[in-house]
Amino acid sequence: MIARLLHGVPRHALLLLALVLVVLVVVPALANDYLLTVLILILYFAYTGQAWNILMGFAGQLSLGHALYVGLGAYASAALYVHFGIGPWLGMPIAILISAACGFVIGFLAFRFGVGGVYFAILTIAFCEFTRIGFDHFTWIGGSAGLFLPVANYSQNDVWHLRGQPVMFYYVILALTAAAFVMCHALLRSRIGYYWQAIREDEPAARALGINTFRYKILAIMISSGMTAPAGVFYAFYYNNLFPEQTLFILRSIEIILGPIIGGVGTLFGPVIGAFLLTGLSEGLQEVLTNYGLDTPGAKRVFYGVCLLLVVMVLPNGIWPPIARLLRVQRRGPEG
Amino acid sequence: MADGRLRQAQISSVSGDVYLNVAVSGVLTGLVYGLMALGLSVIFGVVRVVNFAHGEMMIVAMYLAVVLFTQLGLDPLLMMLPIAAVLFGIGYVMQRVLINPFISRPEHSQFMLMIAVAIIIVNSLLMIFGPDAQSVQTSYAFDSFALGPLIVDATKLYAGLAAILVAAALFAFFRYAPLGKAIRACADNYTGALVVGLDVKKLYALSFGLGAACVGAAGSIIVLIVDVTPPLGPAYTLLAFIIVIVGGLGSMPGALLGGVLIGLTEALGGLFITPSAKSMLSYGVLVLVLLFRPQGIMGRKLT
Repeated sequence: MIARLLHGVPRHALLLLALVLVVLVVVPALANDYLLTVLILILYFAYTGQAWNILMGFAGQLSLGHALYVGLGAYASAALYVHFGIGPWLGMPIAILISAACGFVIGFLAFRFGVGGVYFAILTIAFCEFTRIGFDHFTWIGGSAGLFLPVANYSQNDVWHLRGQPVMFYYVILALTAAAFVMCHALLRSRIGYYWQAIREDEPAARALGINTFRYKILAIMISSGMTAPAGVFYAFYYNNLFPEQTLFILRSIEIILGPIIGGVGTLFGPVIGAFLLTGLSEGLQEVLTNYGLDTPGAKRVFYGVCLLLVVMVLPNGIWPPIARLLRVQRRGPEG
Repeated sequence: MADGRLRQAQISSVSGDVYLNVAVSGVLTGLVYGLMALGLSVIFGVVRVVNFAHGEMMIVAMYLAVVLFTQLGLDPLLMMLPIAAVLFGIGYVMQRVLINPFISRPEHSQFMLMIAVAIIIVNSLLMIFGPDAQSVQTSYAFDSFALGPLIVDATKLYAGLAAILVAAALFAFFRYAPLGKAIRACADNYTGALVVGLDVKKLYALSFGLGAACVGAAGSIIVLIVDVTPPLGPAYTLLAFIIVIVGGLGSMPGALLGGVLIGLTEALGGLFITPSAKSMLSYGVLVLVLLFRPQGIMGRKLT
C-alpha cells in the first residue's frame, strides 16, 4: 500500500515534504499565540481547499457552495454536543454522513437532470443560501441568535472533547490536513481518480469509454462534501459559536475556493500553497496597514482584491505549477 | 357568533386588499430587479462570461445616484441616463482591459477574476462611504396613488415605469439598430460574425457596456425604494443570478419576467411567512427551475 503510494514520486520531493512536515510539527514550540492562530487558519483553509479540490480539480465540477458542508458539519457536531453531550469525535462520523448525504442529494439532482458548468455552480450557491436562511429560523440549533458551545478557561487540553488551548487545535488541524493530503494523493492515483480526470477533461469521451460518469461524479461530490464536514466540526469547537450569517455566508464558500484556485486547481500542493499565500497575505496586509495607520474598514480587502486580480491575470494555472517546475518535483504524468 | 363571523369577514376583506397591494408593489420592484438582471443576461448572452460583480456594479450606480442627490439635489430618475452612461464607460473599459484576455479561459478562472473585481468594488465603496445605509429622500417619497382599493407608492410606480422604459429602449435597440443586430449576430454565431467581418472584440466591449448601462439605470432607479449599503452588492449579484436563471440565461424577455416573478415571490413570501425568510422562497423557485427546466422559463433548450 505504502509502496504503491510512493511509486513514481521523486526522492527529493519526498525529502522536501518530510522537511515541511517536520517544520510544521516543530513550529508551535517557537511561535507565539498570534502566529499559531494564523497557522491554524492557514491549515484550516488548506484542508477545506483540498476537499473542494476533489470535486473541482479532480472531477471538474465547480462548486461555489462548500460553506454548506462546513456549516452542516459544524452545526451537526455542535448540536449533538450541546443537546445530547455527544463528543466531537463521535459526532464527526454523523456530521460526515449528513454532509455526504446532502452532497448526494445535490449531486443526484444536478447530474441526473444534466445541470453542469455555471448552472451547477449556481445550484450549489442556491442550496447553501437556502440552508442559511432556513437555519436562521431553525430555533433548535439557535436560529439567527446563534449556537454557542460552553466555554471555560482550560488549564488542561482535553483532546477527546476538543476543549483546550490553541496548540491542541493546531495539532488536530495539522493531522487532518496531512491525512487529507495523503488521501487526495491516493485518490488521484486510484482508478476512481483516473476516471475523474477523464470526466474533467472530456465528459462525452469518458462516457464513450464506458465510464459511468453519473456514478463517479456523485462519488466525487459525496467524498468532497463528506471530507469538508470535519473542517466544520473543527470550526465549531475552535470558535465555539455558530451563526448562520457567518458560517453559511457565500463569502465563506469563496474563501474556501480562493486557496486552491490561486495555488493551482487539480494539484495536490495547490490548496496548501494557496492557503499559505492568501492567509499570509491577508494577515501581512493587516500588519502593514495598521503600522501605517491606514486600517480603515475595507482597505485591507481592496489590496487583497488587487493581489488576487494580479495573480489570476499573470498565472492562470495558479502558483504551484511554476514552483513545481522550479523544484523539479513534477511527476511524469498528466496529474502533476 | 354572528358578530365574530362578521369581524372575520371584515378581516379577510381587508387582508385581501393587503395581498393585492403587496403583490402590485412586488411586481413594480420586480421590474427594477428585472432591468438589473437584463444587464446580466445581455452580458452572458453575448460575451459568455458570467459577471459575478454584477450586484457590485449596481451599488456603484446606487452610490452615484445618492451622491448626486445629496450633494447637488439632482433627482435619481433624471440622473438615470447620465449614470447609465458612466456605467457604460466602466463596463466597456472593463471588458476591453480585464475580461477580454479571459474569454477563452476556463469558468473558474473567469469567476476568480470577477470575484476579485467584486471585492475591490465593495471594499472601495466601504472605504469611501462607510458601512452606514444611505438613502435618497425625494419630495414625492411619501406620495401614493389610490386606484379603488389599490394604493400604490409613487416611488415604486415611477421606478417600475422607468424600468419598463429603459428595457423597451434596449429591446428596440437590439431589434432595429444595425449595431444591435450585429451584437445579436455575434451572440448567435461567433465564427460567423468573424467571417462576415464584424469587429467582435469591439462588439463584446459594447455588449458589456450595455449590460453595465442597464445596471446603472436600475441602480439609480432603485435608490428610490432601497437604502444602499456595501453588503448589498453580493446580495444583488445573487438576486440577479436567480432572476436570469429562472427567466432563462441569455433571454431578454425572460430576465424581465424572472424579475417580476421574483419580486412577486419576495413580496408575498414576506407577507405569508416572515420578511427575513422571503428570499428562501426565491431560492426554492430557483432550485425547482434548475431541475425541471434548466434553460429557464423563456430560455432556449440547452444543447
